[in-house]
Amino acid sequence: MIRYIVRRILFLIPVLAGVAFCVFTLLYLTPGDPAKMVLGEMATERAIQEFREREGLDKPFLMQFANYVYKAVTRGDIGRSYVTKRPVMDEILAAFPATLKLAAFAIVIAIIIGLPCGILSAIKQYSIFDTAAMIFAMIGLSMPVFWLGLLLILLFSVHLRWLPPSGFDTFQAMILPSLALSAQSISMITRMTRSSMLEVIRADYIRTARSKGQKESVVIWRHALHNALIPVVTLCGLQFGQLLSGAILTESIFAIPGVGRLMVDSIKARDYPVVQGGVLFVAVAFSLVNLLVDLLYAYIDPRIKAQYK
Amino acid sequence: MNDLLEIKDLTIHYVTDGGTVRAVENLNLRLGHGETLGFVGETGAGKTTTALGIMRLIPSPPGVVKSGRIIFDGEDLLTKSEAEMRAIRGGKIAMIFQDPMTSLNPVMTVDKQIAEMIRLHRDVDKAESLKLAGDMLELVGIKRERMHDYPHQFSGGMKQRVVIAIALACDPGLLIADEPTTALDVTIQAQVLELMKKLKQQFGASMILITHDLGIVADICDKVAIMYAGRVVEYADKRALYANPTHPYTIGLFNSVPDLDEDRESLNVIPGLMPDPMDLPAGCAFHPRCAYATSVCSESKPEMMEAAPGHFVACPIRGRERK
Repeated sequence: MIRYIVRRILFLIPVLAGVAFCVFTLLYLTPGDPAKMVLGEMATERAIQEFREREGLDKPFLMQFANYVYKAVTRGDIGRSYVTKRPVMDEILAAFPATLKLAAFAIVIAIIIGLPCGILSAIKQYSIFDTAAMIFAMIGLSMPVFWLGLLLILLFSVHLRWLPPSGFDTFQAMILPSLALSAQSISMITRMTRSSMLEVIRADYIRTARSKGQKESVVIWRHALHNALIPVVTLCGLQFGQLLSGAILTESIFAIPGVGRLMVDSIKARDYPVVQGGVLFVAVAFSLVNLLVDLLYAYIDPRIKAQYK
Repeated sequence: MNDLLEIKDLTIHYVTDGGTVRAVENLNLRLGHGETLGFVGETGAGKTTTALGIMRLIPSPPGVVKSGRIIFDGEDLLTKSEAEMRAIRGGKIAMIFQDPMTSLNPVMTVDKQIAEMIRLHRDVDKAESLKLAGDMLELVGIKRERMHDYPHQFSGGMKQRVVIAIALACDPGLLIADEPTTALDVTIQAQVLELMKKLKQQFGASMILITHDLGIVADICDKVAIMYAGRVVEYADKRALYANPTHPYTIGLFNSVPDLDEDRESLNVIPGLMPDPMDLPAGCAFHPRCAYATSVCSESKPEMMEAAPGHFVACPIRGRERK
C-alpha cells in the first residue's frame, strides 16, 4: 500500500512537467506583450527593454522554460507576479482558502442531496419521485453555471433580498455560490447513484441476502449501498477535483477572491507567472484528490485493494 | 406421515408490457421428509420460478403468484406475512443459487456473510456467530484461517462451498439447490455434489435439486419431477422413472442422453423448440413436438394421472397404455 502511494506520487512528476511545458508554450505563443500590459501603452522603449531583461523575456524559449523549472525545483520559486510584485506562491495561497471552501461546500451539498435522491430513485424506480428527480437532474446538468448563478442572484438577492449577491466571508454569502456550483454535481451524483443502485439491486448476492431472511432495509443498506457506492465515490472525487479547478465562472459571477478569479484576472493582465503557477497548482490539487479517491476506493472495495501492491 | 412440502395448483405469471409470461401453470408437487427431489427441465421451464415462489422471492413486478397453495410443514406459505416469511427464509427453507461467482457479496468477508445468516435465525451474539461461521466453513471443507477472506480470494468451487455453508448454517428443514453445479467444471461438480449429499444426510434436511442433468438426478435424488413449459409432466420415484419413463417428453429427454457405446454421428433430439411461454399451445403444451399426439391433445389440458402406484404422468395416452 505504501509502495503504491509512493509510486503514485512519483507519477506526479512527469504529469507536472508536462503541464508546465504545455502552459509555458501556450503562454509564450499568446499574442500580447506582458511588458506593455504591465508598464502601460505609454511606457518608453527603454523601460520595456529593461523589463524584458529583468524578467528574462528576451531569452530564447527553451532557456526561459529551463530557467523556470530550475528555480521551481531548486528553490520552490515559481516567480513573482508582474502586477503586484509579490511571489506567485503567496498570491495563490492567499486565494486558495476561498476556492477550497467553495468546492468543499459545493461537494458536500452535492453529496447530501444527490446520494439520497439517487438511492430513493432506484428503490422506487418509475415512481413520481423517480421521474421528478430525473427531470431535475436533467435540468441541473444542462443549466450552465453562470446562468444559474445569475438567476439565483436575481431571485434571492435582487427580488427577495434574502442573501447577498457577492462576497464569500459570511455564511449567508456562501450559500448562493455553493448552490450554483453544486447543481451539476448534484445531478451527476443523483444519476450515477441511481443507475449504480439499480444494477446492484438486481445482483445475485442481493437475492442471496434476501434468501437469508434479511430485512429489505438491511439488504439495501448493508449489501446494496456499499456495492453501489463504489463508482459513486470515484465520481465524487472527480467532481471535487473539478470543483477545485473549475470554479472560475462561479468565482467571477459572485466576486469571490479565489484561485479561479485570480487566474482570470492574471490572464487578462498577461501576468504570466501567476497564470503558470495557478495552472500548476490546480494540476497538483487535481492529482492529489484523485490519489485520495483511489486510496478510498481500495478501502471500500477489497478487490481493488488486492491489486495495490 | 404428512409431506414436508406440498404445492397445489401453483400458477405464477410474469406480467410485462409485451404480454404475460406463463412461467408456472397449475403446478403440483410433493416432497416428503428427508427426501431429495430432482426437479428436471429445460431452461425456461419454470424451475427457478417455482423455487423462488416457494421462497416468496419472485421479483414483483413483474412476477405475480396467480393462484395455488404452497404448504410447508402444514402451513400455507402464500398466506404468510412478510415478517413471518423472513423467519422461514434461511431458517427453515434455504436456497443455494446457480452462480457462485455472483451470489456472494463481493465487499463482505465470507465469515460475516455466514454469520449474518446465523444471527438472523439464532439467538447468539456477534462473536459467537462468527465462531459458528468458522465451524460451518470447516464443515464444507474450507480452512478456518480463510474465514476473513473476501469472495474474490476463493475459486468457483470454494465459493459454492461458502454458499452451501450459508444455506446450511441454520439447519433448514428444506434446502433448495438451483443448479448448484452448472457453473462449475466437472471435477469440482462431483466434489460439490458429494459434499451436498453428505451434508444433507448429516443435517437430515429435505432437498429440492433443480438441474437439467439426468446423471446428477440418478446420483442423488429419491424422487424426480420432470417439468415442461411451466407444468410438472411426470412425477415418480427415481427408479420407477428411470426404468419406465412414461411421458413422451421424458422419453425424449432420456433418448437425448448420448450412449457412449453406440457409434453415432448425431445426437437424438426432441424435434421442435420449447414453446414461447407468452403463447403456449392449447391443450397439452408438448403436443406439437409429441410423437404420440392425437387430436385430443390439442383440445384439453391433460390431468395428472397415476399410471402406476406413485408414478404420476400428465399424458392420457401414455398413461392409459401403462395401465
